[in-house]
Amino acid sequence: MSEDFNNKKILTEPVFDNNPIVLQVLGICSALAVTSKLETALIMALALTSVTAFSNLFISMIRKMIPSNIRIIVQMTIIASLVIVVDQLLKAYAFDVAKQLSVFVGLIITNCIVMGRAEAYAMKNPPWPSFMDGIGNGLGYSMILIVVAVIRELFGSGSLLGVQILPLVTEGGWYTPMGLLLLPPSAFFIIGLFIWVLRTVKPAQVEKPDYQIHAVHRTEAV
Amino acid sequence: MAFKDLPNDSILKTVIVATTLCLVCSIAVSAAAVFLRPLQAANKAADLQKNIVGVSGVDIGEESIAEAFAEFEPKLVNLETGKFTDAVDIDTYDQRKAAKDPALADPIPRAEDLAQIKLKERITTVYLVRDDAGNIERIILPVRGYGLWSTLWGYLALEGDANTVIGLSFYEHAETPGLGGEVDNPAWKAQWEGKKTYDANGNVLLELVKGGFDPSVPANAGKVDALSGATLTSRGVTNLLQYWMGEHGFKPFLENLREGNA
Repeated sequence: MSEDFNNKKILTEPVFDNNPIVLQVLGICSALAVTSKLETALIMALALTSVTAFSNLFISMIRKMIPSNIRIIVQMTIIASLVIVVDQLLKAYAFDVAKQLSVFVGLIITNCIVMGRAEAYAMKNPPWPSFMDGIGNGLGYSMILIVVAVIRELFGSGSLLGVQILPLVTEGGWYTPMGLLLLPPSAFFIIGLFIWVLRTVKPAQVEKPDYQIHAVHRTEAV
Repeated sequence: MAFKDLPNDSILKTVIVATTLCLVCSIAVSAAAVFLRPLQAANKAADLQKNIVGVSGVDIGEESIAEAFAEFEPKLVNLETGKFTDAVDIDTYDQRKAAKDPALADPIPRAEDLAQIKLKERITTVYLVRDDAGNIERIILPVRGYGLWSTLWGYLALEGDANTVIGLSFYEHAETPGLGGEVDNPAWKAQWEGKKTYDANGNVLLELVKGGFDPSVPANAGKVDALSGATLTSRGVTNLLQYWMGEHGFKPFLENLREGNA
């Protein structure tokens, strides 16, 4: 592999061109669960970005020493330890948000983005680019989370970060909130629309179909 | 042979790497847990106060939670006799710890253990709010019971007549988010206000029911809509309310309180 690491490219590529959620469709379970409010989405984005960055850093630092037959366990141990530390920090400094995020911080351990980047990038590259790659992928995840959360909170409850922006009908305003947006499936729809838009703008991201439907000779139908 | 010369897949190196890694990681994790514990404990205590003040329905206006909580009167109650007690020091007594400590709690016979909590503390902490004349205006009782995945820990607030619910709120549980977790939903919690705890014969009325019911029928005065999609959590909440408001829970205490000899 060439040693020419372009930090900017490593950082921005996963945000737009190789986004872990919309292109690789990884880590969407937490994206559904924590995006009904912007605040939880921001904290979750921060937590995942730091875990991805530091797990990439540490794994890359010891990548030449990791025996290949226990490498997955080694990666999991490092990731799990980081997640526990992040969880403890949140409980100490952001208790209310930590309570709302409940199990989803712990579930970062099983987030495919973290594990995927550790195995695909950090095991083969030096620490600094790995760290940047972690930040980049974290940002890619964060961007989707934040966009989804803004849409869901703004139109689902008429507020952003808890500040009422669209006055609700129930409180004498004009806006009838869309209850569907507060339910997890709405994140599916939003992410789906997002993938559609992105792949229309960047046709290079469209996957080849697994099989082709042949045009049928419709003679027998007549 | 030096460590770095060992082949990566040799058993010795695998063992050394694994051991060292585990050691480093466990030190990092325990350090985080130990150093952050005081902050977390303070957060937990503040959260508990917020919960008690919240469930009591007291309008705190401009006051901070801590200031409002200072006006709450903590009292120790002997669950056996249903009377106030000062057998232990209220400032150091931890009701939650006592609830799990076999030295301070008695095992509940299986047939009686509706809430599935196995142990019941002998002494518990309740909170009273008095009006300006010194009459009891609100009573806040700790309740707990098993739902689907976890023990739900919460508070039930009653009006001074000890028969009208102000609110029910859980501060700790691990029920399924979106289903059983909806016990935290303000819209669902709002239903509790004004429910009656006992009928004329002293039977506990509080219950979560599926489907509709006619709230104007006296027998339905304590019924609340069950949580949709969460049958077991709903059953757990019903059971814990039945238990804690019943004979083995706070009923003797509430009766004494009503008669003025608690």
